[in-house]
Amino acid sequence: MAAELHVELVAADRSVWSGEATLVVARTTSGDIGVMPGHQPLLGVLESGPITIRTSDGGTVVAAVHGGFISFADNKLSLLAEIAELADEIDIARAERALERAKADTDAAAERRAEVRLVAAAGSR
Amino acid sequence: MGAQLRVYKRRIKSVTATKKITKAMEMIAASRIVKAQRQVAASTPYASELTRAVKAVATGSTTKHPLTTEVDSPARAAVLLITSDRGLAGGYNSNAIKASERLIERLKAEGKEVDTYIVGRKGVAYYAFRERKVTKSWTGFTDSPTYGNAKAVAEPLIEAVTQETAEGGVDELHIVFTEFVSMMTQTPIDDRLLPLSLADTAEEAEGKQEILPLFDFEPSAEDVLDALLPRYVESRIYNALLQSAASKHAATRRAMKSATDNAEELIKSLTRLANAARQAEITQEISEIVGGASALADATAGSD
Repeated sequence: MAAELHVELVAADRSVWSGEATLVVARTTSGDIGVMPGHQPLLGVLESGPITIRTSDGGTVVAAVHGGFISFADNKLSLLAEIAELADEIDIARAERALERAKADTDAAAERRAEVRLVAAAGSR
Repeated sequence: MGAQLRVYKRRIKSVTATKKITKAMEMIAASRIVKAQRQVAASTPYASELTRAVKAVATGSTTKHPLTTEVDSPARAAVLLITSDRGLAGGYNSNAIKASERLIERLKAEGKEVDTYIVGRKGVAYYAFRERKVTKSWTGFTDSPTYGNAKAVAEPLIEAVTQETAEGGVDELHIVFTEFVSMMTQTPIDDRLLPLSLADTAEEAEGKQEILPLFDFEPSAEDVLDALLPRYVESRIYNALLQSAASKHAATRRAMKSATDNAEELIKSLTRLANAARQAEITQEISEIVGGASALADATAGSD
């Protein structure tokens, strides 16, 4: 059996996803980072961006997170985010509308959030 | 129907109506406790992971941060008091307010100025009635708080903590809320959020026999701590808001349950009194009839 790490993706008000994975790619403030089993203990600040989790059964889970932390120790990876959504939970039409609105209001933060959602949703298909 | 009996009947009717209302409120509160408890449980993984991360940075690095270091002579402290918007919850609000009064007294005895921040209309009303100064207050979400509410509450607090004391900032941040121990027990507690007391965290770690690994910080320990601590405060406040909401519903349920029980008791004794009044009325009617009949019989016997 290939080496695995346990992943917990938690938002402030709920647990979004948890399970075994072989690779997790997340975006930190200093760039994308990939974590595989046996990585050195790590604590990083996440940027708004998509997170890709390659599960141990070969599947891929994509989620959009907005701010938060990544922490890895003892083969356990925790992704803490204030807001986290799995790609299949994202309502594309709504995200597109939000993007339009954010562009119209020149709200950079909202625009970024909507973009991240769309990227995550597109990445899982 | 006699006047006495009518009065009893009317009172029974009104108490029955009150009982129906309190019973409904009890049931609503009971269903809300379950919901609030579920929310507390759902927020726990985030809070515990965050606490673990804070612990890891605080113990794993030698970084000094304004939010973790204790000032030699703290001059001002902020107290966040969490009450509810609505009453009918027994001693819930007054207990929380009393706990905050004790804390404020203690802080003042230690020579600190106290800034008060209040959540919930009941606490605000208490301070407004006594014309005391409130630095900032929030109302309208205490029944089912969201993370957004917690963020809104945390923002000015974090700002106050990061500010220099001379410019109106605070050195310490305390929170008073009602801890949800069980359905029957809710205790108001005061807790110091900032500066982080490392003694506590070390003790907890010891209890769990957990040795924290040496973390690699990305981008750097300072930056991680900078980003981590506001989130930590937010999540602690969120947890306090949720627990307070659950406690409030539990207190409401208990208060309404005893109100329903009292109404039942009242109906019982009123029914007894009404029965006695009815019986007295009947007895009186019968004796009147019998008396009338015998007087009539005496009269006819006399005329014969």
